[in-house]
Amino acid sequence: MKAYDVIIIGAGVTGAAIARELSRYKLRIAVLEKEEEYAFGVSKSNSGIIHPGTQNSHCSLKGRLCVQGNRLVRKIARELGVDFKQTGELIVAFNGEETGRLRELKREAEMLGVPGLRILNKRRLVEKEPNLSPEAVAALYAPTAGIISPYRLVYDLCENALKNGVEIHTGCAVKAVGTAGGEFSVLTAKGEFRSRFLVNAAGLFADDVAAMCGINDFRITPRKGEEFILDKKLENISRHLLFPLPNKISKGVLVIKTADGNPMIGPTAQDAADKEDLGTSDAGLKEALDGARRLVPSIDEKDIIAYFAGLRPAAGDDFIIRREEKVPGLVTVAGIQSPGLTAAPAAALMVRGLLRDCGLVLKKKLFFRPRQSEIPHLFSLTFKAAERLVKKDPSYGDIVCRCEMVSAKEVRDAVKRGACTMDGIKFRTRAQAGRCHGSFCTARIMRILAQERKLPLTGVSKRGKGSELVKKDRADV
Amino acid sequence: MSERELVIVGGGPAGMAAALSAYEHGVRDILLLERDQYLGGILNQCIHAGFGLNYFKESLTGPEYALRFARRITDIKGIDVSLKSFAVRLTPDKTLTYLKPGRVEKVKAKALIMATGCREKTREMVHIAGTRPAGIFSAGLAQKLINIEGLLPGKEAVILGSGDIGLIMARRFILEGARVKGVVEIREQSRGLTRNVVQCLDDFDIPLYLRHKISRVRGRDRVEAVDVARVDDRIEQVPGSEFTLECDTLLVSVGLIPENELIEMAGVPLDKKTNSPLSEGLNETSIPGLFVCGNAFKVYDLADSVSTDSLEAGRMAAVYLRQKGEGR
Amino acid sequence: MLKKFVCIECPQGCLLETEIENGRMVKVNGNKCPRGEDYARGEIENPARVLTSTIPAEGLRLKMVSVKTNRPIAKSRVLEAAAEVRKLKVKKPVRAGEVIAENFLGLGADLIATRDVLKGTP
Repeated sequence: MKAYDVIIIGAGVTGAAIARELSRYKLRIAVLEKEEEYAFGVSKSNSGIIHPGTQNSHCSLKGRLCVQGNRLVRKIARELGVDFKQTGELIVAFNGEETGRLRELKREAEMLGVPGLRILNKRRLVEKEPNLSPEAVAALYAPTAGIISPYRLVYDLCENALKNGVEIHTGCAVKAVGTAGGEFSVLTAKGEFRSRFLVNAAGLFADDVAAMCGINDFRITPRKGEEFILDKKLENISRHLLFPLPNKISKGVLVIKTADGNPMIGPTAQDAADKEDLGTSDAGLKEALDGARRLVPSIDEKDIIAYFAGLRPAAGDDFIIRREEKVPGLVTVAGIQSPGLTAAPAAALMVRGLLRDCGLVLKKKLFFRPRQSEIPHLFSLTFKAAERLVKKDPSYGDIVCRCEMVSAKEVRDAVKRGACTMDGIKFRTRAQAGRCHGSFCTARIMRILAQERKLPLTGVSKRGKGSELVKKDRADV
Repeated sequence: MSERELVIVGGGPAGMAAALSAYEHGVRDILLLERDQYLGGILNQCIHAGFGLNYFKESLTGPEYALRFARRITDIKGIDVSLKSFAVRLTPDKTLTYLKPGRVEKVKAKALIMATGCREKTREMVHIAGTRPAGIFSAGLAQKLINIEGLLPGKEAVILGSGDIGLIMARRFILEGARVKGVVEIREQSRGLTRNVVQCLDDFDIPLYLRHKISRVRGRDRVEAVDVARVDDRIEQVPGSEFTLECDTLLVSVGLIPENELIEMAGVPLDKKTNSPLSEGLNETSIPGLFVCGNAFKVYDLADSVSTDSLEAGRMAAVYLRQKGEGR
Repeated sequence: MLKKFVCIECPQGCLLETEIENGRMVKVNGNKCPRGEDYARGEIENPARVLTSTIPAEGLRLKMVSVKTNRPIAKSRVLEAAAEVRKLKVKKPVRAGEVIAENFLGLGADLIATRDVLKGTP
C-alpha cells in the first residue's frame, strides 16, 4: 500500500493533462490506468482536432474550456515537442438557410471569444478550397483550428509528468474505492493505493468510478464514432478542416487532416449499448463516405486505408467538472467528449483550482522541468537531417516499417519510453500504420519488443493481455 | 553521390533475373539493392514446392528457386549486391536515395530497374465490419511468421479470399497441427491455381465457401469467431444466410498490388485501379531508362513468369544503355 | 467406378473423366496432353505429395530451416509425417539439398534442407 496526495484515475488526455499540471507542485501523485498503456481508452480514437470553439453554446463549460484550451495547447505542444499545426477550419453552408445559421454560429462563437472568424462567400471559398463541392455556397472560417496527434500528446504529457515525479501505474483497473476517515483507499488490480484527494478522469467508466465513491447522479452513455483514414497520397485534398453544419447529435461527418498527413473522414455518431463495442459497420462506412463526399465529391472508397471506431463518453450535453460536496476531496471530470482534447489543458487548470478549493495545498516545486526533447521521425526529416541522424546512430538507417519509413532505432526508443504493446509502438512511431498495415514489419517489431521487454515472442500483444499475436513458438518445442 | 550504369531495386526473383540478364547483355556496372539480409525476397518464405516447373522444368521450393539465381549473382563480379539497403526516394533524373544501417546513400543511375514486387491487399481495403482484435493477419504475414520466425499465429483459422497465398497457408496451418475452418471467397470461383485448390484444400477436406463474405469479426482482444454470409449476384449480402465460424485467427488473402510508391514519387503515372505503371510496352515507364519488372509491373501468377519477363527488363536496360552510349 | 478430376499439371486445368476398376485406372478422357493421363493414374493408383515444412535451428543464422521430402510421399501419410517433422531440430549448419533425415519414417524419401543455413545467430 502506498500513500499519495492526489490519485488521478485515468491516463487519457484529461488525466494526463491534470497529472502534468499538478506535477509543478510539491505533491505525491499517482495516475491509475486500467489499460496496458496511456491513451488506450477514449483518447486513442480521437481525431486530433484542436477546435477553435465555434460549435458550442456561449454559456457552456465546454465552450469556455475549448477556447482557453486552444490557446494553452500551443504552449504545451511547444514545450513537449509535439507537432501542432494550425490549419483553420471551414464550416460549410450549402444553401441560404444554412448561410443564415453560419451567422448565428459566428455570433455565438464571438461571444465565447473565438478570434478571427469570417464568413467567406462562394468565390473566396473556391480559391481557398479547390476540391470543395461546387454545391457549397458559403463557409464560416475559423483560423485558430488545428491538428495534433492525440496519442503523442498524451504520451508526452505522461512522460513529462513522469519526469516531474508523477507515478503512472498501467494495467491498474480500479475495483473499489473506500472513502472512510478523510482518505481515499483505491483498490486496484495491482493492490491498494491511498490518497487524500481523488480525481475521477475515468472516461467511459467515470460513472462506474463515481458510483464506487457513492456518487450516482450521472451516467456515461457511450456514443460511437466510426472514422476512416485515407491514403497519405491525398494529403492535400483539403487545406482546412472541413465541417458541415452541425445537427442535434453531432458535428456531422468531417473531412480533416491528421498529424501524420493522412486525411480522415468521419466520425459517425450512434449511441452504443456497450462501453467496449469498438466494431465498425458497413452502414458506418456508407454514412462516412456519403457525408465526406457531400463536402469533397472526389473522395473514393478505394482511398480508404484504415478505419476504426471510438466511443465518446457522453454525460448529457456538457462536461461535468466539479468537486463533490458529498465526498470531500473528490473531483469529477466526466462527460469529456468533443472538444475534450482541446479543452484538456484548460480542464487541468480548472481541476487544479477545484482541488485547491477542497483544501489541497499547492506549493510550486523549485525545479519543474516543462520541456521534453522532440522525438525525431525519419519520415518528416530532410535528407541532410536524416544523414546526420543516421551518422549519429547507425540503427536510424535500419528501416523496419517501409510504408511510414520508421527505423529500428525509433521502434527501440518507443519501447524505452514506455511502449509495451504493438499498438503502443504504432501510435508512437507510426510503424504498422501505413498502407500495408504491418504485413511487412510486424515480425521485426515483435522481435524488437520481445528483446527490449525481455518477453517471450508469445507474450507480445496487440494491446495487452488477451491480445497476444501468436500462440506458439516452434523454438520452444 | 555516386554514379552507376544500372541500379536495380529489389533482390527477389525479378531483380535477380534482371541483374543476370543485364550482365549477360554486356552491362558491367550493376548495383543491386535488397532490403533484407539475403537475396531471394518473398521466395524465401514460400517454402512450398511448385516453383520452376516452366523455367527449370522441375518442381522446386521457393528458397531453392531463389538460390539458383542468388548463387550465380554472387559469383559475378560486375554485380554489386548491397543488402539491408532500403530505397526511400527517387527523383525523375533517376537519382535514388537509400538507407542502410549507418549510412544514407544517394546514387545516380543511367538506367534503373525497379523490381520492388507487390504487397498484399489488407483487411482495410475490403471493409470487414466488426471488431479489430489481435489475430487478423494478411496471409503473407502469417507465412512469414510461421516459415521464417517459427511462430504459429493461431490454432483455428478462417481464411478470407482464395488467392494462392491463402490456399497455401490453409495447408501450412494444417501441417503445423492447427485447424482451418474454411476459406471464404466472394467470387464464384477460387482466385488461386487449381493445383492449390486440390492440394491445399481438397487434400485436407477444408471447405471452400464460394460467393460468401465475412460479414462480421467477433472478439474483443483476440478473434473469437467470424460471421459468414452468402452474397447474391450484386455482391449484396443475402439476409438470413449468416452462420458463425469459431476461430482464433483470420487470414486475409484478397489479392496483391504492385508496390510502386517510389516511381510514383518520381512522377511516373500509375493505373489507379491496378497500381501498375501506365506504359506502352512490357516493363516500360514514362521515364526513359526507368524500367519496372516482375510483380511491380503487374502481378503474375507464377514466379517463373516473373523471371522470364524480368530477364527481358535486364535486356531492355542493356539496350538502353548501349544506345545512350552511342548517342554521346 | 467413374471419377472426375481437374488436372493440375498445368494452368489449363483439363477436366479428366476416368474409369476405375479394382483401384486401377482403365480409361481417361478429357486430357489434352499425356501428362493428364499420368496425373490421373497417379491420383487414383498411388496418390503422393511432396511434404514441405520447417524445422527450428539452434546456433544458426536463421531461426528456421526450410525442408522438403526429396520425392513425393504417400498422401495418406502426409499428416503423420508433418507431425514428426514438428519434433525435429537442426543443430548443425546445412546446405540446400543436404539430407536431414534419411528415408524419413520409412516413406522412401529423404527429408532434405531447401536453404543454406550457416552458423551464427539470427
